[in-house]
Amino acid sequence: MKKAIRKKRNDVGAFFVFMSPSLFAFICVLIIPMLYGFYLTFTDYRPIADTYSFVGLSNYKAVFTDKEFIGQFMKTLGYVFFSTIFSNAVAFMLAYILTSGLRAQNFLRAGFFTPNLIGGIILGYIWKFIFANVVTNIGKRLNYGPLMTSFLTHPDRAILAMIIVTVWQYAGYFMMIYIAGFVGIPRDVIEAAEIDGATGIKKLFRVTIPLMVPSFIICFFISISRGFMAYDLNLALTDGDPYGSTRLASMHIYQKAFQANQYAAGQAEAIILFIVVAVVSVTQVMLTKRFEVES
Amino acid sequence: MIGKKNRILRLVKTVFIIILLILFNLPFFLMVNNSFKTTQQFVDDPFALPKSISFKNYIDAFKKMSFLRGLGNSFVIMTISVFLIIVSSSMAAYFLVRNKWRLNKILYAVYVASMIVPFQAIMIPLVSIYGKLKLLNNKWILIFMYMGFGQAFAVFIFHGFIKSIPLEMEEAALIDGCNRIKTFFLIVLPLLKPVIVTILILDVLWIWNDYLLPSLILLSPSERTLPLSTYSFFTSYSVDYAPLMAGLVLTIIPVVVAYIFCQKQIVKGVVQGAIK
Repeated sequence: MKKAIRKKRNDVGAFFVFMSPSLFAFICVLIIPMLYGFYLTFTDYRPIADTYSFVGLSNYKAVFTDKEFIGQFMKTLGYVFFSTIFSNAVAFMLAYILTSGLRAQNFLRAGFFTPNLIGGIILGYIWKFIFANVVTNIGKRLNYGPLMTSFLTHPDRAILAMIIVTVWQYAGYFMMIYIAGFVGIPRDVIEAAEIDGATGIKKLFRVTIPLMVPSFIICFFISISRGFMAYDLNLALTDGDPYGSTRLASMHIYQKAFQANQYAAGQAEAIILFIVVAVVSVTQVMLTKRFEVES
Repeated sequence: MIGKKNRILRLVKTVFIIILLILFNLPFFLMVNNSFKTTQQFVDDPFALPKSISFKNYIDAFKKMSFLRGLGNSFVIMTISVFLIIVSSSMAAYFLVRNKWRLNKILYAVYVASMIVPFQAIMIPLVSIYGKLKLLNNKWILIFMYMGFGQAFAVFIFHGFIKSIPLEMEEAALIDGCNRIKTFFLIVLPLLKPVIVTILILDVLWIWNDYLLPSLILLSPSERTLPLSTYSFFTSYSVDYAPLMAGLVLTIIPVVVAYIFCQKQIVKGVVQGAIK
């Protein structure tokens, strides 16, 4: 009996020693702000006013009637869709070529991976000069009108610029994940397919791709969730210009909260965005999983 | 015959991929190339090689963006945060694996579930709470926040790994008179080395390149990390292109040096982190 009590006291002590640093930081930084943030959305809290009152669901209603937010949200959807498709297509092609036994394969792989080591702010600034100075310079040399003015000054082409840079940035990252997928396919399955007469394209679509569904799930998941949350690149490359046409959802929320000082309204948008991202990502995983096969 | 066809195919693939690689890295080349020119030369022809190598732009950028201070701030914040994340999360994960209480199962589920919450869904209440407590603009608060945001993923990775470690060694140590803390630090922690490397790499890249969180917390110029000083350098000197290019090269150098020395581990760490 005494022993049991001592063991219990011992366990509580150990819990405190081992768990408290982790739990304390986790609760203070993540859990409390999350709950408080949820609470905020039911108020009209603004940091400059001293008092605030409860407003029920009106912040959420406002999100769905805010034409500007809906427009920018649609733009974000388009940006996520196209950057996901193209970055994965490029990455898969790179991985396919770079697993076929070329010389200096590792060096080439490393070369495509470089952008992923550098933060979005810096990548954004590098590309800002590419679009503003280098592309226009090429346009002048070729005397080709569409390239002569900067991409970043046209509403439609500025969002295209965002997509181009995102594809460039993530292609090398996803390539590495696809390479891991290619390498993970059992040799005997490939050999069996070859004996059965599958070659080239047929082997790729009937054998390799179905076996790589887990890699596709991971890459789509990462590109969708990062795409919806894109902020750094957006800030450095276009800063929402021209005329707010490239202001993606994250930037909209940031500006609403920290420039317009509407914390509660901004937080309601952030929660809606979070729910959308969660729903889209889970749907994607479930849809893609249906194509999964056992090897 | 087939051999020849294969060889041609391989040659085509090699040429194609090399051209692609050059195009891929052209932005970096142009950045370095133009960092040695004057702004006028840059605007006239961004492809031309510099006529003479001058480090004037670098000296300008170095001074104007207070490069050393940014580098120092980034380094201090990154090192302490990563150290704290690894120690605290490995201890927590160890306790969660080795004590199968219902409470521990719930806690672990909360850690894992919290990984899907994006930072943008927390930043507003975070600034609001810590602003009211007058805790913003403080390096230590930023470090504490990194520690908090780093927990979930690190606990998850450590948890998976510790589960596969057999109990025998720890039992032997306990019988030999080690208490639980000693057992953890002397027996368990050294076994965690491969996962520690993965977490280290991912967290270093994350914290080193992070812009949004420090931009909300570190408000005074003397506390700025490297991404913040790059940003303010660009927004305040946006007409003089050439020094800006030099500034970008400066900020990238530390990462490139690290990449050259531990390329394999970095790639492996990033891929491991994604797959799990």
